[in-house]
Amino acid sequence: MALVNLLLVDDEVPFVATMTKRLTKRDLKVTSAYSGDEALNKLQEEPALEVVILDVKMPGMDGIETLKMIKQQAPLVEVIMLTGHATVESAIDGMKLGAFDYLMKPCDLDHLLTKVNEAARKKRQHEEKIVAARIREITARHA
Amino acid sequence: MIMRNSLKLVHSPFYRSLTRNMVVTINLISLLPFLIVTGVILYQFQASYREKVYAHLAEVVRKHKQNIDTFLKEKLADIRFLSGTFGMEILGNEAILQQHFVQLQRDFGPVFVDLGVIDEHGRQLAYSGPFKLERAHYHEADWFKKAIASDHFISDVFLGLRGLPHFIVAVTRQEPTGRWLLRATIDFMAFNRLVENIRIGETGFAFILNKNGEFQTQPIYDFAPQKGCYGAYFDCSLPHGEGVNIEERKDDEGKKSIYVTALLKDNDWLLVYRQQATDAYRDLYHTFWIVGGIFAVAGMTIFALTWTLSLRMVSRIALADKEKEMLNQQVIETGKLASVGELAAGIAHEINNPVAIMVEEAGWIEDLLDDEPFQQSSNLEEFKRALKQINTQGKRCKEITHKLLSFARKTDSRIQNLQVNHLISDVISLSAQRAKYSNVVLESNLDETLPLIEASQTEVQQVLLNLINNALDAMERQGGVLAVSSRQVDGRIELEIRDNGPGIPRSNLGRIFDPFFTTKGVGKGTGLGLSICYGIIKKMGGEIDVKSVVDHGTTFTIRLPA
Repeated sequence: MALVNLLLVDDEVPFVATMTKRLTKRDLKVTSAYSGDEALNKLQEEPALEVVILDVKMPGMDGIETLKMIKQQAPLVEVIMLTGHATVESAIDGMKLGAFDYLMKPCDLDHLLTKVNEAARKKRQHEEKIVAARIREITARHA
Repeated sequence: MIMRNSLKLVHSPFYRSLTRNMVVTINLISLLPFLIVTGVILYQFQASYREKVYAHLAEVVRKHKQNIDTFLKEKLADIRFLSGTFGMEILGNEAILQQHFVQLQRDFGPVFVDLGVIDEHGRQLAYSGPFKLERAHYHEADWFKKAIASDHFISDVFLGLRGLPHFIVAVTRQEPTGRWLLRATIDFMAFNRLVENIRIGETGFAFILNKNGEFQTQPIYDFAPQKGCYGAYFDCSLPHGEGVNIEERKDDEGKKSIYVTALLKDNDWLLVYRQQATDAYRDLYHTFWIVGGIFAVAGMTIFALTWTLSLRMVSRIALADKEKEMLNQQVIETGKLASVGELAAGIAHEINNPVAIMVEEAGWIEDLLDDEPFQQSSNLEEFKRALKQINTQGKRCKEITHKLLSFARKTDSRIQNLQVNHLISDVISLSAQRAKYSNVVLESNLDETLPLIEASQTEVQQVLLNLINNALDAMERQGGVLAVSSRQVDGRIELEIRDNGPGIPRSNLGRIFDPFFTTKGVGKGTGLGLSICYGIIKKMGGEIDVKSVVDHGTTFTIRLPA
């Protein structure tokens, strides 16, 4: 099983392609999307996705809009914003909207991996808590 | 500097013609109605005053004409009475004549000089008077010829046998024994007095002329009347009425004079009254002078006032124009900077993406190099070194673009909680390099217990940077010490920026916070720095003031509410 089930969203096709190869080589399962809409579709198709890496500046639906939709659609999925310097403010806005963290392009791959792992761990913890809560609920009902 | 420039501007053709137009328009509008009203009033006043003067003079002359005519008639009546009552026989007796002469002198004073009885042949039969004229012969005398031919006669003034000016009143009687006449000589001085009395003003006087233009009285001023009918004072072609004529013309000295004339003694004589117009209209001219004086003073005042006001107004306009021009330039500069900044930000951002791809591709190759087949390659180390270099240069690109982006970042005027000390330290470290070049020592003395203030970080930074830069500019030549300190005074934060540079002259001290006031050369300073500082500090509810002593330095003090 892959270490992390990851969705990579960016309008720069070569960037997505290379990153996908590199991350796959590091035992991550990477799904790629080239726009906000596509990302939302992919999330619906594959509920196993745990972490999304999202570029802030994209044509059409931008990163912030996409983030809002993702948080509505799958609240537990963690999002890491990817940004150029000019959009640091929007990345911060993104954090306020529930993004896990933000990274600046071009970013160090190891740094990125660390963040992704942290995000995945957080997501799993959330899930475990929810599962535990549910079990408690069920057992409480039986009692 | 700006003021001087604006004054210089005022002398440019455009502002000069503007000033001139303003002055001319205001003067015309204010003075023209004034002039017209004054002119109309003065004209009316002059006309009515002239009428009054004419009426007065005419009355005086008429009265005197009557007096003189009455005088002559009286004298004639006296003689007529004497000759009619007594007849030639009685009066021919010198003793009786003497008696009557004394009687006359007693009754009328010394008006009658002498009396004489003359027969139709011109022989003087009897004489009574101071001269030795007994037995004188008058048959050749002009007056005698006229007198013997008519009922009565009053002669012109002549010298006669006695050699003194006098005139004669004679009454002729027809008796059976023949014609005879009684003659009296009238005292010239007594008669003259009648006319001499007419004195008005300084130059008004009267005299009497006969038809030939010869004086019948002694005028006060000696002058020769023109020859001709009544000495040309009366137009003889006109019908000789009883009234008084008034005319104004130049006298023989070329001065404008009023002439009032009236005919006397059955048109034989002409009474002439003459007065210089300036004298007659003295009060009028006096009024003219007063009005003229007021007009001149008022006119000059209005002119001077409009001149200075226009000049001041135009210099204001010039200043405003210049400020506007500078502001426009400022706006253009700002706009340019902003667009350059946006361009830089756009480029930086666009470069970031390809650089990211390049770095990732290099990373991918690095990943692949770990695979089995490449481990044996003799160039493996070379590949790794090259990839590392790509990575390093990529990072360098990233740094450059990030610097560009932070340069172009919009100023942040959000109000937040700030520690002023940190801002001071930041600004000092920013200025350190410049201070070193200017040979200026930077000192800071900060109160570590300062409370936070609510302010915009960039604005406070701007104020500090402006003040420190100004101080560094001032000390650029000879170096010095720039001390920045912070402390708490009465619950407020007080910042002090003190230098020991050349100081600010007293004349400039009051204007340094004015916008566009600068002592730097053209194009070097905008004159906005301190006025922006002032605006920012005021907006924060604080105060900024300056103390400066020439050659000892300048201290700016900022007080901010904590």
